[in-house]
Amino acid sequence: MPAVTSQNPAAAGAFGARLRGFREVQRLAYECAEAVAAQLKPGVTEREAARMQRVWLRGRGVRDWFHLPFAWFGDRTAFAGFRVPLQFFPTGRRLEPGMPFILDMAPVHRGFTADIGYSGCLGLNPVHDRLMADLEAHRELILREVRERRPLREIYEDVERLMVRQGHTNRHRAYPFGVIAHKVDRVRERRWAPTVFGFGTQSLKGLASDALHGHREGWSPLWSPYSFSDHPPQPGLWAVEPHLGFRGTGAKFEEILVVTDSKDPQESAFWLDDDLPHVRRWQEEKAG
Amino acid sequence: MTQLPDPVGNEVEEEGEERDMADAVEGRGAAGAAGAADSGSGGAAAGAGLPGARERWVRTGGIELCVAELGDPERPTVLLVHGYPDSKEVWSDVAQRLADRFHVVLYDVRGCGRSTAPQPLRGGFTLEKLTDDFLAVADAVSPDRPVHLVGHDWGSVQSWEFATVRRTEGRIASFTSMSGPSLDHFGHWIKGRLKRPTPRRATQLLSQSLKSWYVYALHTPALPEMAWKGPLGKRWPALMERFEKVPGGDYPTSSLPRDAAHGAWLYRDNIRSRLGHPRDDAFAHCPVQLITPTGDAFLSERLYDDLDRWAPRLTRRTLPAKHWVPRTRPDQLAAWITEFVTTQEEGDPAKAVAASGAYADRFGGQLVLVTGAASGIGRATAFAFAEAGARIIAVDRDAEGAARTADMARLIGAPQAYSEVVDVADAAAMEKLADHVEAAYGTVDVLVNNAGIGLSGSFMETSVEDWQKVLDVNLWGVIHGCRTFGKRMAERGQGGHIVNTASAAAFQPSRALPAYSTSKAAVLMLSECLRAELAGQGIGVSAICPGLVNTNITATSRFTGVSADEEKARQTKATRVYGLRNYPPEKVADAVLRAVVRNQAVVPVTPEARGARFLSRVAPRALRAVARIEPPL
Repeated sequence: MPAVTSQNPAAAGAFGARLRGFREVQRLAYECAEAVAAQLKPGVTEREAARMQRVWLRGRGVRDWFHLPFAWFGDRTAFAGFRVPLQFFPTGRRLEPGMPFILDMAPVHRGFTADIGYSGCLGLNPVHDRLMADLEAHRELILREVRERRPLREIYEDVERLMVRQGHTNRHRAYPFGVIAHKVDRVRERRWAPTVFGFGTQSLKGLASDALHGHREGWSPLWSPYSFSDHPPQPGLWAVEPHLGFRGTGAKFEEILVVTDSKDPQESAFWLDDDLPHVRRWQEEKAG
Repeated sequence: MTQLPDPVGNEVEEEGEERDMADAVEGRGAAGAAGAADSGSGGAAAGAGLPGARERWVRTGGIELCVAELGDPERPTVLLVHGYPDSKEVWSDVAQRLADRFHVVLYDVRGCGRSTAPQPLRGGFTLEKLTDDFLAVADAVSPDRPVHLVGHDWGSVQSWEFATVRRTEGRIASFTSMSGPSLDHFGHWIKGRLKRPTPRRATQLLSQSLKSWYVYALHTPALPEMAWKGPLGKRWPALMERFEKVPGGDYPTSSLPRDAAHGAWLYRDNIRSRLGHPRDDAFAHCPVQLITPTGDAFLSERLYDDLDRWAPRLTRRTLPAKHWVPRTRPDQLAAWITEFVTTQEEGDPAKAVAASGAYADRFGGQLVLVTGAASGIGRATAFAFAEAGARIIAVDRDAEGAARTADMARLIGAPQAYSEVVDVADAAAMEKLADHVEAAYGTVDVLVNNAGIGLSGSFMETSVEDWQKVLDVNLWGVIHGCRTFGKRMAERGQGGHIVNTASAAAFQPSRALPAYSTSKAAVLMLSECLRAELAGQGIGVSAICPGLVNTNITATSRFTGVSADEEKARQTKATRVYGLRNYPPEKVADAVLRAVVRNQAVVPVTPEARGARFLSRVAPRALRAVARIEPPL
């Protein structure tokens, strides 16, 4: 664990504990994704897959959500023909052999938020394999440029340029505000945690308050292609989700990037956890 | 001459290729008495189109069938059945192309070419008797293994009968049908439309009944025979060349008047009985490949709409050509037959056509060359063709990008994809590339001249070098592409298509883009002129005119008359504007494929391009007013 705030060594311990909490819930979410992905078989619908994630996480103590679990199958992984945000919600689309799928969930556990995306496919799909392999360069690019303190809007454009050079299209543009990332934070635990359009009210409140602060100080909790993201990375936890699409097949990863105000480039930004399924997959490919 | 009893009791005569015609006519003996009298003229030229063929005679039901074989008999047998009014020589070009891969067998249908005619003619041409002939030939040439059947016109009509009756089950491995529906399916097609004549279905029926005028004519007694043996027979080759674009040469053979006169009985013996009482169990018991020529003057494409019902294992292909495809498109037919037969022989479903895109029936296996394929519209076009199963050659200056395009094209359905690094502005390099492509991959079927660069800045600030650069790529690149690849396409004489990427700037004047617009307007006019020139050769030319499309042309465009920093800033700004407009290059690629399929001349893509095109015709002054606005960059 690197000491993250050089100015205030006393806070490092508390910060470390906080990161541990976030890391645990992120691991829990990825465990859920792998468990649910292992149970997917032909004929399962998106709604069933979303419910499986919800049930699995509820059983392990998750009571609140940044957003409820999503599941996308087939060409819906590339958001083909998406025009209104309601189309993100799970449908009755059934999984078929060779189909790609994405599980996306954001549980809140003991007040810590995770937001993860897990891409897979049922059986063989060479296009999906290629997309997954191509995502690695984006993980490296984003970290490098955040450490260089480049404006978020420029990083966004560089990621998009890399996607286009790889032959893909940028599908995170389809998300609300076209975001590639958004801030996440601790959430107060309440006994009653309602959701609005799939988003937890507590988390939305946090995001709104960040947006207000940011608006006054010239930054935004949403990392978008627009001018309100034309600022250097703001310290905090960012859930980063580059999403590639290639002719009806989509793939993404989503995980938390920690940004600090440290002067040391290594400590100024780092991925919360490097022991994740997609990272392991790339390492195995290199070893093999 | 040796007489060999064959497995079904028909007598087969083995003959060497050196056997001469006089011998053959004599050797047929009494069975062909009627035919022999007629075939004196037919014999002289028969076999002329089939050099290297081994001939033999198969005797069945009192008829002698002239059978020709090419290629190694150990290989899978492909049996080609000709139509009306043809003889087996109609297949000569296709057979030559198949002979190095397969054991190719052709025979003259009874009463045609050098086969003898039944006596009496009436009742001698029923589909049942034709099925006997097929079985006799199949048993003679491939006694142990089922044959791959290919039929054109009446050859296809009778092959449908072979492929759907019980007694041939196990003898047919696959069937490729072109321009000949099953009479039973046709009968049901008519009945269905008569029973429920919605406006659309009634129109389909009317349209086909107009196309079938010759069928009614052939039912009149004696007259068709007189016409064929008189003026029609004499003029037929010229008519074929004029209206059907069949290249002249050694076909039709001189036996044509006799073939056509006898063949009239194919119609008289079968049409009324089968169309009136179609069989209900005419289901194909083998995989079927249907090749539909879109320009067929005698058969509507709609005839095959319900075919999936009758042939569960159906592969569809469409070909922009007229009726006589074995004469006009031998390369494409040979490629599709080879692919289909090979797939059936290998029996590996994983290797079956993976292409899922729209138009896979049209572009499957075709060779498509795209310039500027490393990014943007070129790359998206290459991918769209790849999804339709075409073989892709991605050409660009950017080696890495072109290689990436080829690589990804393979993932989504292109059976083969290659990348070539060439600057389209370099005439010598393009000539070299064309030679290399021709030798290594074959003749290009669809050429997409897409490479282009952007240049912005007022006329007075555009230097001579800037002009040369933009014209070299945008105009000369297209000229070189059309000269080199277009020339080879025209020389092959089997059709093709050229797509040139122009721009909405070709009809929208602008003070900001004088050089670019000039180059694109030239491309548009070049395409129109070339279209006129190549129309007679079955080669279409389309100009695609996209408006603002989100590609990296903005990031690489040159802005004249400003500093390097300002140029960079304008590139970024333009990229953002195009990004906000966000019209994807994939939609332009879809328009390219549609333009090729429909053979459209000028295709504006994006609403602003369509608007500009419309205004340029009805209100050019409005466009001139727009041209004076300085774009806010």
